[in-house]
Amino acid sequence: MHGSRLRQWLRRAFTPPGRRSLAETASPRMTGEYRGTGAYMTTMRPQDILLPVAAGLCCKPGGFHIDPVRPVERAVITHGHSDHARAGHGAVLATQETLDMMRLRYGENFAGSTQVIRYGEEIRLGDVSVKFHPAGHVLGSAQIAVTCKDTCIVASGDYKDAHDPTCTPFELVPCDVFITEATFGLPVFRHGNASDEVKKLLASVALFPERAHLVGAYSLGKAQRVIALLRQAGYDEPIYLHGAMETITHYYQSRGIELGELRPVTGVKKAALAGTITLAPPSATSDLWTRRFPDPVTAFASGWMRVRARARQRGVELPLVISDHADWDGLTATIAATGAGEIWVTHGQEDALVHWCRGRGLRAQPLDLVGYGDEEESETPLADEAEA
Amino acid sequence: MNRFAELLDRLAYEPGRTNKLRLITRYFHEVGDPDRGYALAALTGALSFKHAKPALIRDLIAARTDPVLFGLSYDYVGDLSETVALMWPKAAMAAHNNPPPLTLTEVVTTLRTLGKTELPRQLERWLDELDETGRWALLKLVTGALRIGISARLAKTAAAALGDKDPHEIELIWPGLSPPYLDLFAWLEGRAEKPVNRDPAPFRPVMLAHAIEETDFAALDPADYIAEWKWDGIRVQAVAGRDERGHIAVRLYSRTGEDITGSFPDLVPSLRLPGAIDGELLILREGRVQSFNVLQQRLNRKVVSPKLIKDFPIHLRAYDLLGDDENDLRELPFVERRERLETFIGKLDDPRIDLSPTVPFASWEALTAARADPASAGAGEDADAIEGVMLKRRDAPYLPGRPKGQWWKWKRDPHIIDAVLMYAQRGHGKRSSYYSDYTFGVWTEGETGDELVPVGKAYFGFTDDELLQIDRFVRRNTTEKFGPVRHVVHEGDKGLVLEVAFEGLQRSPRHKSGVAMRFPRISRLRWDKPPREADRLETLEKMLKADESLPTIKVAASAKGH
Ligand SMILES: [Zn+2]
Repeated sequence: MHGSRLRQWLRRAFTPPGRRSLAETASPRMTGEYRGTGAYMTTMRPQDILLPVAAGLCCKPGGFHIDPVRPVERAVITHGHSDHARAGHGAVLATQETLDMMRLRYGENFAGSTQVIRYGEEIRLGDVSVKFHPAGHVLGSAQIAVTCKDTCIVASGDYKDAHDPTCTPFELVPCDVFITEATFGLPVFRHGNASDEVKKLLASVALFPERAHLVGAYSLGKAQRVIALLRQAGYDEPIYLHGAMETITHYYQSRGIELGELRPVTGVKKAALAGTITLAPPSATSDLWTRRFPDPVTAFASGWMRVRARARQRGVELPLVISDHADWDGLTATIAATGAGEIWVTHGQEDALVHWCRGRGLRAQPLDLVGYGDEEESETPLADEAEA
Repeated sequence: MNRFAELLDRLAYEPGRTNKLRLITRYFHEVGDPDRGYALAALTGALSFKHAKPALIRDLIAARTDPVLFGLSYDYVGDLSETVALMWPKAAMAAHNNPPPLTLTEVVTTLRTLGKTELPRQLERWLDELDETGRWALLKLVTGALRIGISARLAKTAAAALGDKDPHEIELIWPGLSPPYLDLFAWLEGRAEKPVNRDPAPFRPVMLAHAIEETDFAALDPADYIAEWKWDGIRVQAVAGRDERGHIAVRLYSRTGEDITGSFPDLVPSLRLPGAIDGELLILREGRVQSFNVLQQRLNRKVVSPKLIKDFPIHLRAYDLLGDDENDLRELPFVERRERLETFIGKLDDPRIDLSPTVPFASWEALTAARADPASAGAGEDADAIEGVMLKRRDAPYLPGRPKGQWWKWKRDPHIIDAVLMYAQRGHGKRSSYYSDYTFGVWTEGETGDELVPVGKAYFGFTDDELLQIDRFVRRNTTEKFGPVRHVVHEGDKGLVLEVAFEGLQRSPRHKSGVAMRFPRISRLRWDKPPREADRLETLEKMLKADESLPTIKVAASAKGH
C-alpha cells in the first residue's frame, strides 16, 4: 500500500467512530469524551489544560503556549531548535541555554521579555504550575511538566535517552498524560551506540589519510555531540568547522563543554585538509562548497542514516547513525516508564507509535500540531492527512 | 560475519573504484582464512547454494512482529531484507554463555548442506546472533540479492593488491581455483608457490583497444598497422583444450571471463581443435551477418531451444589466436599470430567459424574511405553489421588490459541529433556536487502544439569544462526541484541544446517516445542554437527505419563492446 494511503487507513481504523482528532473534539462545550471512564469527572480533562491550536500547544488555564509556531503573548519553550524556538513572542520562559541560543540566532530583541527557569524549578502560571526537566536532546533542552489540580501532563519536546556528553541526561517524569515525539517512531529505527559510529568514522580517516572527511551534522547539538564523541574516542587532532557552525559551537564551549581544538575551515589550503575531519551543515556537504576538499568522504550523522535509501538519496558515502532523538526502543521504553495512561503523539511517525500504545491498553492519539517539523529533515506534509 | 557485513555496507556507499579496492584489500589483510576466501567467493559470484525465497523471510518476521508495525516499516524502508534486518526483535538470550561470533565460513558451509526444512530455524538463530548490518548482509546473501556494484574483476584486483601481484596473474589461474582459495592467499602472502591452473580450457584476460581521435593519426604510420572490420556483435574467447584423459573441453567466455558456453551449445561442436580464439559472435543468415539487434533477440531468451538455434544460427568470426594447441602465442607479434590464425581456421574448416578479413589500405585517406563505405571496401553485404575499423600494430604482443598505442578502434560516425536538455540530476562520487546526468528530449506534436518528449539520458561525452558550463546553466535555469532531480527550462527560445551522439536506435514500448538509444553521449553543446530548432521525433523514426527493418524487440542490457 502506498505510504500516505496506508497512514490514512490506519488513522481511520484506529479512530473510534464519532471521534475525530483531538483538536476537533476537545472544545470546552463538548463533554462526552471521557464520560464512560469516570476518572476525569471530578478533575479537569487533559485537553482543558493543554490543547493543540493553530499557534501551537495552548495552555488556557496557564495563559501560555508551548513551542508556539506563531507569535504569542507568552511562550514556554522546550529547546533552541528553530522549529520549536521562534522569534517574536511577547514573553518567553525557557532555560538559560535555550534563551541564549535564541539570542544568538535572532538577535537581542527576539522577544519582548525573557525569564530563565532551571531544571527542577517550579513556577506558577495562572491556574497551573510549570516545572522543567532535562530532555537529553540538546544543550538546555527541557521537558515541561504542566500540572493543574491533580492532573500532570508532560510535554517532552524532542528527547533522547541515549548517552550524550554535551547535555544533561534525560530525566524520567511520571505523569498522567505524556506528549511524546515520534520522529523515529518505527521499529526499524534503532540507533545503536553512537560511539561505534564514531569509531567507523575514525577507521575511515585512518584508511584514507589523503582524503578529507566531511561530516554533515546539524549545527545545534549534533555537531557538538559528534565532536565530543570524537574526543572521547581519543581523537585529539584539530577539528575543522564550516562557518555556519562556529557561533553555536563556541557557545557550547563557553558553557564548559570540552570540545578540544577547533579551527575554522575557511582559508585552509586544500592539501592541508587531507586526513582531517570537518563538521558542516548537511546542506553544505552536497554543494559546490565541497570542492575545496581533497577527494572528500561525505559522512552524515543522523538517525535517518539507519535506512539505506535515505542515505543513498543524499549521496552519503559514510552514513553515521547518530541521533538527537530517541529511537523506537527509547520511545516505547520511555512511554511505558512514565506510567501515563494517555499518550499524545506528535512529530513524525505517529501512527506506528499510537498503534503500539493502544496495543498496550494505553489511550493514545496523534496530536496534530500544525507547523511542527523535525529540524533534521521535515517530511512533506501529506495532503490527505487532514481529512482523516 | 559482522566484519564481512561491515565491508559490504561500506562498499555499497563508496562510489570510487580505487577506494573500493582499498576497502576490500584491507579486509583481506585483516581477516584470516577461510573467511576472506568465502568473502572473495561472494564478491566474485562464486558461491553456490539454494537461495531462500522472500516468502520465507516474511514468515519469519511475521512470527515475531506486529503485522501493522511491520507493514508501516516495510512501507517506509521499501526493501524486505533491510526492513527485517532493522526491526528484527532478538529472542531473549537466556543461557547464552558468549558463543564465538558467527563467521561467514559457518554461514556459507552450513547453507551448502542445509535441508530446506531446516533453513527457517537456522536463519532465525543467525538473525538473533547478528547486529543490524550483519542481518542485512545475511539476508541479502541467502536470498541471492547481494548486488553492491562490485565486479568480479575488482574483487580479484583487490586480492592481487594483497601480494603486489598483477591481477592478470590471478585471472590466469582463476578457473582452476575454488573457495575458500587457501592456495591463492598463501601465494599472495608469499607463503607458497603460485597455484597451477589445471583447467584444460582457461580464460585469458583480453586485450582492449583505445578509441582513436582525429589528432592521433598524425603520430601514426599506416605501415605499422593492420586494419580489420569492427563487427557489431559480442566479443568472445573460444577456448578448446585437452583434459587429463585427452578429451577436448570447450568453453566460451565473455570479454570479462564469464563462462557463456551454456548459451551457445550450437557452437561447441565446431571448436574441435585445441586453441584459444579471440573473435566476435554474430548471427549469420544465408551467409550474411545480421545486425546486433538480431543477435540481441537471441540473447534475450533464457532458454536455448532448438527453434532458437535454428532461427538465430550462431557464428564465430575470428580475429586473433592466443593459443595453438599447447603453445601460448600471446608473446608473438600480431602479424605472426594472424598467420597462425589463418592456418588454424583453415585447418578447422568449419562453416560456423571464419576469419575476419583484413582491410587493405596504404594511407589514412584510403582507410577513411573504407570506413565510410565498408560495402565497397570488401565487406559487401555484411557492411550493415560493421561499426567501424580496428587498427592493430603489426608488432603488438597480446597484452591484457588496454595498453597504449597498440590497438585502436575507429568507429563509423555515430548517429547525431540535436536535443533539448529537460532534466538534470546530480552525479555520483566525484561528480556528486555537479549536475552531470542529463535527460534530453526532441520535439513532437502534442495535443496543444509542439512539445518536448524525453528520448534518452546521457552522463558522459562532455569535457570537464563543458560539465562546469552545463552545471552552471542547470543551477541558474531550474524551474522545479524533485529530490535530486532538477527540471531545467526547456521552451522554444529558452533552454540548452545538446548535440547527442549514439550508436543506434531500437523501438521501445517502455519509453514514452517509443524509441530507445544505444550508448547516447553528449558530443557538443549547442549554445548557438535555440531549442525550437532542435530535432523532431520524426527524425529519429526515420533513422530507426533506415537502421533496420525489424519487429519490435525488448531493450535489454547488452554485454558487448570492445
Ligand atoms: Zn529538536
